[in-house]
Amino acid sequence: MSTSYAVGDTVAVRQAYPPGHVRAPYFIRGKSGTVDQVVGNYKNPEELAYGRRDSERLTLYRVRFNQTDVWANYNGPTKDSIVIDIYENWLNPAEGA
Amino acid sequence: MVHRSHHDMGGLDAGPVDLDEHTQVHWEKRTDAIMRLVSDKKRQIITVDELRRGIEQIGPNVYDEMSYYERWITSVTNNLLEKGTITVDELGRKMSDVEARWQADGATKV
Repeated sequence: MSTSYAVGDTVAVRQAYPPGHVRAPYFIRGKSGTVDQVVGNYKNPEELAYGRRDSERLTLYRVRFNQTDVWANYNGPTKDSIVIDIYENWLNPAEGA
Repeated sequence: MVHRSHHDMGGLDAGPVDLDEHTQVHWEKRTDAIMRLVSDKKRQIITVDELRRGIEQIGPNVYDEMSYYERWITSVTNNLLEKGTITVDELGRKMSDVEARWQADGATKV
């Protein structure tokens, strides 16, 4: 799979709720952030989890989110952020980006 | 349908974090060793992703009651059964042997 996003791109985590082994934490789905780092290409852990080891590789990104965007009642400094490892299949271009 | 798996608890109230250091008991170290053995480059029987999937498949109530390595050994066991590395019959007989030995030992070892 080709790498679709570059450092600095604004991305949105897909709002999907499939059963099974899912690698995007619930609390970050539907949120938008900025690509901090393109980590590399790895076998899809959501396939590896079921013993399928020959799936195509996905690009893994480190995405930075503002804490005030993630938590409705965040009381810390507005500059606080959280960085989450997210695979490409969970990302879309952010609206308006 | 919004589906939040019970293990996916980021952001939920969970009470205070227990910061006490604790040493692993013997069976916990063995559990760690077994996982390393079955996931090493040579054997590649279980991937860490399969371990995690097996942990997530433990039912919500049992999941909450189990300790960290109890979840590990449950997942490792189920993965090895699914793959046919061990059979239920084999495991049952071995567990009986170990229990008998443990009783004979005066049930003092953990």
